Formats: sequence, C-alpha cells, structure tokens
Amino acid sequence: MSHKTMINIGPFHPLQEEAEFFQLYVDGERVVDVDVRISYNHRGIEKLDESKTFDQVPFVVERVCGICSASHPLAYVQAVEDIAHVQVPERALYLRTIVNELERIHSHLLWVGLAGHFLGYNTVFMWAWKYREPILDALEVATGSRVNYANCKIGGVRRDMTDEQLKEIDRLATESYGPVEMLTKAVIDDPVLHARLKNVGVLSKADARAYGATGPTGRGSGLPIDVRRDDPYAAYDRIDWQVHYEESGDVFAKAKVRLLETLEAVKIIQRAVRAIPGGEIDAKVQNIPPGEAVGHVEAPRGETFHYVRSDGSNYPVRHKVRAPSFNNIPTFKASCIGQEIADVAITLASVDPCYSCTERMCAAVDAESGRRMFDFAQLVKLSQEKTQRLRRQL
Amino acid sequence: MSEVAIPREVQVPLEGFVGEVLGALGDAVIGVERCDERRGFARIDPQRTVEVARRMLAMAGTRLATATGIDVRDGIDVLYHWCIEPQGVVVTLKVLAAGPEMTVDSIAPVVPAANWIEREMHDLLGANFRGHPDMRRLILDDSWPEGVYPLRKDFDQVRDRPPLPPAPPAPEEALP
Amino acid sequence: MAVKHWALKKSLWVYHVNTGACNNCDIEVLDLLTPRFDIERFGMILVGSPRHADVLAVTGTCTRQAMPRLQELYRQAAKPVVVLAIGSCAGAQGIFTEAYHMGSPVDETIRAVDPNAIIAYVPGCPPKPEAMIAAVVKAWDVIDTL
Repeated sequence: MSHKTMINIGPFHPLQEEAEFFQLYVDGERVVDVDVRISYNHRGIEKLDESKTFDQVPFVVERVCGICSASHPLAYVQAVEDIAHVQVPERALYLRTIVNELERIHSHLLWVGLAGHFLGYNTVFMWAWKYREPILDALEVATGSRVNYANCKIGGVRRDMTDEQLKEIDRLATESYGPVEMLTKAVIDDPVLHARLKNVGVLSKADARAYGATGPTGRGSGLPIDVRRDDPYAAYDRIDWQVHYEESGDVFAKAKVRLLETLEAVKIIQRAVRAIPGGEIDAKVQNIPPGEAVGHVEAPRGETFHYVRSDGSNYPVRHKVRAPSFNNIPTFKASCIGQEIADVAITLASVDPCYSCTERMCAAVDAESGRRMFDFAQLVKLSQEKTQRLRRQL
Repeated sequence: MSEVAIPREVQVPLEGFVGEVLGALGDAVIGVERCDERRGFARIDPQRTVEVARRMLAMAGTRLATATGIDVRDGIDVLYHWCIEPQGVVVTLKVLAAGPEMTVDSIAPVVPAANWIEREMHDLLGANFRGHPDMRRLILDDSWPEGVYPLRKDFDQVRDRPPLPPAPPAPEEALP
Repeated sequence: MAVKHWALKKSLWVYHVNTGACNNCDIEVLDLLTPRFDIERFGMILVGSPRHADVLAVTGTCTRQAMPRLQELYRQAAKPVVVLAIGSCAGAQGIFTEAYHMGSPVDETIRAVDPNAIIAYVPGCPPKPEAMIAAVVKAWDVIDTL
C-alpha cells in the first residue's frame, strides 16, 4: 500500500525571488502533487506606487526584482507614454535596447551557472559566473551601477552614453560571445546533460498556453511568443534578430532556448551600438492626462506586464505589476507531477524563478512515517548523485 | 446587470484586428472604450464572464496575461488582460464586481492562468469569485486580519497598518 | 578573548537569509563565491543551515511574513553570531518603509529576541561585493573586542 509523503521546500530556499514555500506530495520517489504558498516577499509595491509621483515610480519598480531591474521600469514608462501619447526619440529607444539586452545576458548566464550547480556541475557555475562579470562591468559603464540601473524615465532615458562608453560596451559584449558559445556547445553535446534534462519536467504546449507561460518557459514548450517581436518596443523592430524556440517542452529545451538567446542578445547589442543615431535622449513630458494603458516588455524570464491608470493628477490611481514568474510558477502543477524527487530541483529551476539565494532551503517533514528531515541541500545532493550515476553508466 | 451604474460608458467604432476580436464576442460586449491598432478596452456583461473567457481561450494565439482589480465607486472593477500573438495585441475586458458581496464568476476553472491572480484580488481587494477552485490566502501574511483589504482606496498604508504579531515564544532551554 | 572567539575568527561560515529582498543583494552575495571575488580564500563559505553559521547575512526589508521566521532563524544560530544587515532595505527598510506589508526593520526584529545581538550594517542598493568583504573584516574586529 502506498502512502503520500509531504516534502516541504522553503520558505527560505534558493529558488525563488519571492521566498516561497513549496509542498511536494510524493508517493515513493514520484511527485503526485505540488502546492505553493507565497507572501514572504510581498512588499505592497502596488499600494506604495499610489503615493509616489509618476516620475518617482520607476525607482520603486526597478526594485520589484533586482535581476529584471531594466524591464520593470521600461514596461511602466511604456504604459505611461501610451497614456500621454509621447513620441520617444530614436536614440533613447536604442539606449533602452542596449541596457535591456545586457540585462538579458547577465540574467541568462546567472541561470546557466545555477542550473549547473543543481546538477552537480560546479565548473559550469564558476565559468558562467566568471563570464558574467564583464557584462556587469559593461552595465556599470553604461549606467553607473552593476544591478540597479535607474535608466528609464517617462519620455526617454535619464543618461546619454558617449562614444567611448558605447565602444567599451561593444568590446565587452563581443568578448563574451566566445565563452558563451563554448558553454552552449558544451551543454548541447554533453551526453550526461542529455540524460538528465531530456524528457524531464515536460510542459506541454497546451498546458503552457492554459497557464499563460511566458518567456523561455513558453518558448521551450513550442509557443513562439516574444513581446520584442510581436509588439515591438524600444528599437527591436529596427534591428535584425530572431526568436529561438523549441518544441519539446523539457528542461533541455528551456536551457537551449536561454543559451541561444544569450548569443542573440550579444548580436543585438553589437548591431544596436553600430546603428545608434544621434539626437535627443528624452521627450519633455509636461503632464499625464487621465486615461489607462498597459505596457509589456520581454524580461529575461518572460513577459513583464504593467497596467497604469491616471486621473490627471501627479499620482497614478492604480499601478498593477505582474512579473513573469507569477505566471510561470503555477506551471509546476503541470510539469512536476510524475517526476522523481531528484529531478524536481532542476524542474523548479528550469523556469528561472529568480533564484537568488542558494543554500537557503529549510526542512521537510514526513506526515505519516514520523519525522524525517529533508532540505534543499539534500534535494540538490540527490540531483547531483543522479548525475554521477549517469556519468558512470555512460 | 442594467441596475448597476457603470461609470463613463463610451462606445467607439470597432476597427482592425482588435475590432474583429471584440466583434467575435458578440453582444457579451456591452461597451467599447478604446479600439486601435494594438490595444482594446471593452466592458463585458458580468453574467457572461465565463462564456467570454472560454471563447477568448478558444481563439488562436490568445493567452491570459493577468488581471487587475481596481477599487471604484460601485464595487471592484476586474480587468482581464488578454494577449494575442503574433499580432501583439492586448485586449482588456472589464467586469464590475458589484453589490455588497462584490462577486463575479470565476474564470479559473476554464483558464488555469486566472487561478493565482483571482486569489490575489480576493486577498488585496476583497473581490469574491464564484466557483473558484481554491480560494486560500496567497499574498498576505498569516497574521494579517480578515476583512482588511490594503488596495482599497480607504486603506491608508501607514495609518491603517495592522499591528505586528508578537515574537514567537522562546524555545525551551537548550540542554547543557 | 575566549577560545571560542579565537576559533570563530579562523573561518566564518555564512548563512544567507532573504527576508523580502529584490534579489540584487542576493546575487551580489552569491557573486562573492565566484571567481572574481572568491571569498573562500578567506575561509568563508555559504552554508545550508543556520545551525552551522557564524554569520547571518540578512538581506531584504523584513516583511511581516518573514519577520517571525527571521527571529526563529536567529535563535537557531549558534552564538556568538554576527548579523550582517546587507543593503539599504535590511538597514532601514529603504524605499519600502511606508509600505503596508512591512514588519519591523531587521535590527529591531533581531533585538526583540536578543538585545545584545552584534549587527553590522552594509549600506548600498545594492552594496558592491567589495563592501560586503569589508564588512566581514570589520566583523572580525568586533569579535576581537569580545
């Protein structure tokens, strides 16, 4: 006779930006159900924004998620620009593109490193993070900070970049192309990774659509959706680039999509830096008329969606923020069920739910067969042992 | 629900792709506020929310991006934002959760993507969703009092903040 | 200086707690482990349990939901323990101080369970990894005075 065991993951654990609490219900080695409790990171930003002026809000929303701190303000200012019918100058559009793509490279490399760590490939972790450093340097060159850019404002961008800065960004991005290509080939050709990632955590196309999955999570499941192409913003419709997507829906597909996107991002930066026109960097916006609008942006993790309503005063009446992970995390209900516990760590990681804080997982309790402790370190260990086992077999 | 006064009703002509989408919903649409190349804002009949959601999901390339709840004079305005790809269109369908119960039919049984966002609106605004499969607390913390809704307009984020819970009791003395 | 303080200084083990941070401080803390900064050369390592920790690296604003959990974590850590409040949020709740879902700031939260807690503040949004290393060096000096 089988019985269901409950494994708690969290609330303090490395996978989520919003320290979350997962409960896995397992039968032997198989996961039969997943439950999630959030709130640990709820700060009430939507209410806070109602007490800030339209110009102050970008500084709050870039602190929604530190890794997407270029995408959130951009989505917000696009919504406000739609209300106020602002025409943003060309040069500002290119500058926005450059910062957003640098952010994509740093975020995807961060993911590759941590995914490697969860699988027991710490070399990948160290390599990916080493190659990520020059990109953070480029962001520091471009905006003055490694992670909070304070780049967007309503009507344009806050700071111009000189030719020297643009050249330095071009050089740093170009130099990271080789290492990223090497990482991509290493992942695509590795037989152990094939054994660990293929047919693991499969999210079908129908499920991805029903759960509203966005970004690499959706593109890995055969949904060729990308806000940058479908509803172009910044300078994405002025530059030649392509959307990568895979049909299989497993973790391998999501990893491949992210790596190919990183290479694509380097190309976008190179083209943007070479094609950037001169001129103004912001349109002078006087006031925001009453109205409502939505703005969405393709953040590294998926579509970031903002809704703003104005009543003609200096303060937004309502500002709704929806981060991509809010739609991607519920897909665990479709992708984790039927998995082995050893595969859960990488499946949870595969949607890139902004894991920021490795080694912060807590305990697990067995509901029926007495107390048994399980923590995320052990989940990662199980996952790493499985890789070792497969490596020996091959 | 004609007895509810819906604020600022406007009717604009249906044009282009957004017009086709709104037109396909037929008389479930009771007012169109904006309809241009890539954005549409329309109000739908609160009695037919689920039917509209089912029809929207059946169209090609649609997905529910999210929903927004807004505290307005007559109740809670619930805005479902649908993205349609590859046209890059965002169609916002508004439903008013009116009456003392502020209730509207849940679309979560039809569209799984609405599950969390409806729970969030229930937490933060006190809107109720009839037929939601799992209306447990999602966003607010365990010690937050029932019936206090922080995104309501009459809630002041500093003055009306509920008292903090006391520190957990000290554990029994550790063994020497 | 007691033997346990002398021993503590040799290799500080760090447990990282996110109490509602935006992730920036967290990715910078993780950055310390990776080749450019590599704090393991100083004998520091991130550990998976507060019971193994000599240093609690606390990031984030301390939301209502995280507050009792932070107090519980602090109780579980072996004493003496140094708390590093990393970032503007952990220092004084930063930009979020007026938001409705805040608990008390990190230092008040910890002092509610231990009035004599050793707390070092690392300002910045987010602080650079170099600043975090400097904070740990200062924590060493504090241990010297115990």
